[in-house]
Amino acid sequence: MKRTSTLLAGAFAGLLLLSACGGGSDPLAPSGSGQAPAASDTIRITSADFPENRLLAEIYAQALENGGVTVERDFGVGAREVYFPGLRDGSWDLVPDYTGVLLQYINADATETAPDAVYTALKNQVPAPLTVLERASAENKDAVVVTAATAQQYGRSLADYGPVCAQLVFGGPPEFQTRPDGLPGIAQTYGCTFKEFRALDTGGPVTVAALADGTVQAANLFTTDPTIEERGFVVLEDPQNNFAAQNVVPLINSAKATPQVTAVLNEVTAKLTTEGLIELNRQLNAPDKPEVDTVAKEWVTANGL
Amino acid sequence: MNLIAEMVAWLTTAEHWTGSGGVPVRLLEHLYYSGLAMLLGLLVAVPVGVAVGHTGRGSFLVVGAANALRALPELGLLILLVLSMGIGLLPVVLALTVLAIPPLLAGTYAGVRNVDRSVVDAARGMGMRESQVLFKVELPNALPLVLGGARSAALQVIATAAVAAYVSYGGLGRYLIDGLRQQDYAQMVAGALLIAVLALVVEAALALLQRAIVSPGLRGGARRSPTVDVARSEHDAPSTQRPPAPELAGVER
Amino acid sequence: MVWEWIPRNVGVLVELLGEHVMLSLVPVLIGVVVAVPLGWSAHRSASVRAVLIPTSGLLYTIPSLALFVVLPGILGTQVRSPVNVIVALTIYTVALLVRTIADALAAVPSMVVAAATAMGFRPARRFVAVELPLAVPVLIAGLRVATVSNISLVSVGALIGIGGLGGLFTDGYQRNIPSEIVAGIVLVVLLALLADALLLAVGRLTTPWERASRVARRSRA
Repeated sequence: MKRTSTLLAGAFAGLLLLSACGGGSDPLAPSGSGQAPAASDTIRITSADFPENRLLAEIYAQALENGGVTVERDFGVGAREVYFPGLRDGSWDLVPDYTGVLLQYINADATETAPDAVYTALKNQVPAPLTVLERASAENKDAVVVTAATAQQYGRSLADYGPVCAQLVFGGPPEFQTRPDGLPGIAQTYGCTFKEFRALDTGGPVTVAALADGTVQAANLFTTDPTIEERGFVVLEDPQNNFAAQNVVPLINSAKATPQVTAVLNEVTAKLTTEGLIELNRQLNAPDKPEVDTVAKEWVTANGL
Repeated sequence: MNLIAEMVAWLTTAEHWTGSGGVPVRLLEHLYYSGLAMLLGLLVAVPVGVAVGHTGRGSFLVVGAANALRALPELGLLILLVLSMGIGLLPVVLALTVLAIPPLLAGTYAGVRNVDRSVVDAARGMGMRESQVLFKVELPNALPLVLGGARSAALQVIATAAVAAYVSYGGLGRYLIDGLRQQDYAQMVAGALLIAVLALVVEAALALLQRAIVSPGLRGGARRSPTVDVARSEHDAPSTQRPPAPELAGVER
Repeated sequence: MVWEWIPRNVGVLVELLGEHVMLSLVPVLIGVVVAVPLGWSAHRSASVRAVLIPTSGLLYTIPSLALFVVLPGILGTQVRSPVNVIVALTIYTVALLVRTIADALAAVPSMVVAAATAMGFRPARRFVAVELPLAVPVLIAGLRVATVSNISLVSVGALIGIGGLGGLFTDGYQRNIPSEIVAGIVLVVLLALLADALLLAVGRLTTPWERASRVARRSRA
């Protein structure tokens, strides 16, 4: 037994030494990095892993393909924390993003909240080799959402909730805990620190269910989510603009933003409205669960792209 | 910064050990889900395994069911239950219990089934009633394999409880999932280490329990794997470290 | 329950199934190749055994998600790389099979080994021609367990983006399509049962003497 344990300790030590060797590369760098760059005219499109973003990325992809551009799809890779580094190092070239949160990701101290101010600041601060094209009027904001009953009890604005928050459990995606406009921002802007944070999904079915059945009393959902209306939830007002304007905008590698590509994407952008986005989400959420490319195709065709 | 340094840095940060997201709370959550599932699994699997092993009836069903259930993917089961039932305690405990049952069932059944027939005959010959044969002879003799099954089940449950963090549960898996989303590799590795250490500690604890409970007469002798059909002889050296029988050992992690 | 999702997406199911088969099969193949010599040396030498068996036990105890996460740091790969899943599953397969093979070889009756030596078999030939064939039933039993286990574990890899059929689980979760998840579960279980049955058949085919003793036992009973 003693001999076994010394041998075991030796094996373990060996394993530890081995692991000390692998410290070179960053294990969380996206899988594409280090690969040979795609042919210069191919655009690698990625997306976050929530349905609306996949849909927007698919719309970009189809519009570009219709315009004669070669496209590679790699959707649903994770949150911005995953795809942004990948865009910077060339693993991907294009992603549909949202102005306000993107700005705050790049610069945690950004204070702009109005749509134009946010967009201008973003355009100036996006690090090379990336750039943003024109922004859409379509907006999808993060929001703190409560049930109708909770709104009736405590109020319809985040400003009413300061001390009350300590009694409430909050649910949202894991990264909401650390984002500038997430829990830290809400605490700073409204003096609201929740009793507990429950990591759920990205504004998806689990969050909706948890809010509906009372597992959490407040949740992070997206303003274009059709279930808010369907379930009678209340989007709490944000008078002090913790959540900045979040207009849809293509984030692209400038090397890939050829005049042709830029023209196509700007055309798509021009056709996106907030109501249109809500309608698209409603279609995606329909009982027969259509595929993302089907819904995208319908929209692209209907809009002559 | 290499793996070890990052991990140590994370583990030695005081704030990671306090609050509702701290290591002690996550550890307790993990043990809570796992413990409940093991308890329920034992309550279901042991009586069934003993009944089938003792009477010999329905063995085909039991072995078949245990095999099929072992193939059940843990992530799929968890997600399906969460989508159907929400994120309360029931879905996760139900999923963990379903995954704990196959090894417990297989172990109990194999244990009772493989008690040496001559011992059982001797007991009957001594005039023991069936219930006495069961409780005084078969069960104690079946303990090594039953506990082997329990060890497999415990590891299965701990591993699946780590995965449960994906569907918003607590437990040590939280560090893996949150770390992945926040691109915080130090957090992921620290979480992985904690989970691995938990699994090893539980395994060691159960091994000690096995040593304490199993009768000395059963420990050193020729324990046979139920799946070894090869001809046996008294000259064969018994394994010094008795691994669980292959059919019990292969449980998902 | 939207069952129409399934026929609409047969292409995706087939593609993921293929990926799943590859991810579970490759570790088994590599695992066997690595485990047989290791198991043999554990059988032959008590000191090797004293290192390999506890280490195997240790490795086998580490939960899969933890291993998928730690390997990139050790191997220098990306987290979202198929290599992690394949290496991790190979480790589990080897850890399981080393013990199985060592036990199987130990269970070969020493009389048979002695007879072979007496007939003039050198150790290598004796191993290949006598010990290994007799160890096959236990080896196959271990392989069945390892394969079923691998097929199930590959789906956990979906959490780091490499999961074969596991991708159906994460996608179904995000989009709230229970039928997609059911399809994934059914396919994984069917695949595992099929692999199990195939290996059982292979085992029966390669051990004709077992068939004879099975028949004899049945007629005796």
